[in-house]
Amino acid sequence: MFESKKVRIIDSTLRDGSHAKRHQFTADQVGKVAAGLDSAGVSVVEVSHGDGLGGSSINYGFAKESQENLLKTAHEAMPNAQLAILLIPGIGIAEDLEMAKHYGTSIARICTHVTEADICEQHIRVAKKLGMEAIGFLMMAHMVTPDQLCEQARKMESYGADCVYVTDSAGAMTPYDMRARISALREAVNIEIGVHAHNNLSCAVANSLVAIEEGATTVDGCTCGLGAGAGNTQTEVLVAVLDKLGVQTGIDTFKIMDVGEDVVRPIMDRPQIIDRAGLTLGYAGVYSSFLLHAYRAAEKYDLDVREILLECGRRKTVGGQEDMIIDIAWELNQKKLAAHRTGSTA
Amino acid sequence: MADRVKAAILGSGNIGTDLMVKLLRSKIIEVTIMAGIDPKSEGLRRAREAGLKTTVDSVDGLLAMADDFDIVFDATSAAAHVAAAPRFKEAGKIAIDLTPAAVGPYIIPGVNSLDLMNEPNVNLVSCGGQATIPIVAAINRVAPVEYAEIVATISSLSAGPGTRQNIDEFTQTTAHGIESVGGAKKGKAIIILNPADPPIMMRDSVFAQAPGADPEKVNRSILDTVESIQEYVPGYRLRTDPIFEDDGTIRVFIEVEGAGDFLPKYAGNLDIMTWAAVRVGEELAQGLIERRSAQAAEAK
Repeated sequence: MFESKKVRIIDSTLRDGSHAKRHQFTADQVGKVAAGLDSAGVSVVEVSHGDGLGGSSINYGFAKESQENLLKTAHEAMPNAQLAILLIPGIGIAEDLEMAKHYGTSIARICTHVTEADICEQHIRVAKKLGMEAIGFLMMAHMVTPDQLCEQARKMESYGADCVYVTDSAGAMTPYDMRARISALREAVNIEIGVHAHNNLSCAVANSLVAIEEGATTVDGCTCGLGAGAGNTQTEVLVAVLDKLGVQTGIDTFKIMDVGEDVVRPIMDRPQIIDRAGLTLGYAGVYSSFLLHAYRAAEKYDLDVREILLECGRRKTVGGQEDMIIDIAWELNQKKLAAHRTGSTA
Repeated sequence: MADRVKAAILGSGNIGTDLMVKLLRSKIIEVTIMAGIDPKSEGLRRAREAGLKTTVDSVDGLLAMADDFDIVFDATSAAAHVAAAPRFKEAGKIAIDLTPAAVGPYIIPGVNSLDLMNEPNVNLVSCGGQATIPIVAAINRVAPVEYAEIVATISSLSAGPGTRQNIDEFTQTTAHGIESVGGAKKGKAIIILNPADPPIMMRDSVFAQAPGADPEKVNRSILDTVESIQEYVPGYRLRTDPIFEDDGTIRVFIEVEGAGDFLPKYAGNLDIMTWAAVRVGEELAQGLIERRSAQAAEAK
């Protein structure tokens, strides 16, 4: 089923992992991780603020280092691997792509909510004009049917995307959901298909495998799983599993384990586990990077973090709506205070 | 009502039509013409029903009726407005630009509109700008704003193809407006489209850093501003009290419910643009009336 397949793994530790680091990666850390990934044989390394170029903000968290410096550092640390960036139209702008190109980026991943592909036409076209590979990222892919997903993917293909991703931003998909989406997409588009999974339901590796089985040829991972929510498909685990199945990735299984253990793990702020809040993200279908923001709001407004996340799910929030978290927490807190007051006067 | 200033609307789409419904109620402006390009458009049909003159020859058709208007509201597209602006100027018309073209200066009612009463062409920035720049300015009035950032979240259904194809125009124009009109040293704007069904109301968050700000003064300034916006945008409201973080960040959460004149109520983003256009139009019309009466007095 898998033998003789070839898969390209894109490591996003230095982009999705930025969420788990509250965007505090230093240039030194980025240089070391990039060099390690390159030497283990990873062919594409993504480096950006968690919310993409231009993501440094009050809403998502200010980055410690400038994006220019991080891209330059990563590029210089990698003799072989290609440098990729993420851009979310509405947050970053097409001009950011020129900057990224200038600092050595050759792959632009342009990301929209799964129903909004038509806001990225301009950015995909600019990326292509700059000579970059353009990858279209359809976020929160669990929120629509396979047919709706295909319709949006075809738009990205029509703008010139070289590859389109099923992005399970909320880590809310089971392997059955993933299979249905990738197989539908395989019929719908003639470009490469990629998969980006989160581990909130402990399905990230399984979802990636199913995606490969159905025809995905580009797969995202994060070393040590370092990423938003309960983390991403763990690169070294994925590499080992694919190695056992006979799938070629070009990555050395033991070297990538070493990069995880020796380079990435020491810079992690917290263990990348599925705790009750991370699990709630997957259960309620909430954007994974809400996690740390929700923890802070829960502490400030004296709430269970899960109450906030469940409400985010009920309101059908999408990626980038981090500002809703405080709004919701404030409202829940007011309700609680009001209930308390009525309770005490009764 | 004899003194009302005559105005035309260019563009018979959603915005132009909603604007017409609002202008028909104005005591200062008499809306006389709607110009479009599509003879079958719902907007032109409604305009004829309301007794307006109509044309499907866009700017040419409009300028052929130059005696019937002094102010033109442009609700077309940035490219169309760039082409039309010099012709309106030459014809001596005041242009109120609802597109992102920004040929003329940005205008926000209650913030800088009274300084621009004699301008021949003014630009309404963006929906997010109209909703948030007054708040940035309100904070800046009592404590200098070093940095202000806004997040505008609108329902997918209320974002037309123009917005979608040029989403960078929104973020860049709004960020410039936050700086040049709001007074922040540095501005940033983010826009999010949310496809939830039923559609969400327009929401805007304003985050500002104003070191040393006195929360009480900032609070009062924001509440005064909200009250003055509500005079011309009835569905504008705060979702929470202004929040003052320990690190000095000020957070203001806003919701804009549309009036439902022509557009659905969730489209607060479009509604605030048409309300702002009416307000600006009435202020510029007032300026015109005053200039004319001064000229008349001089002539005597």
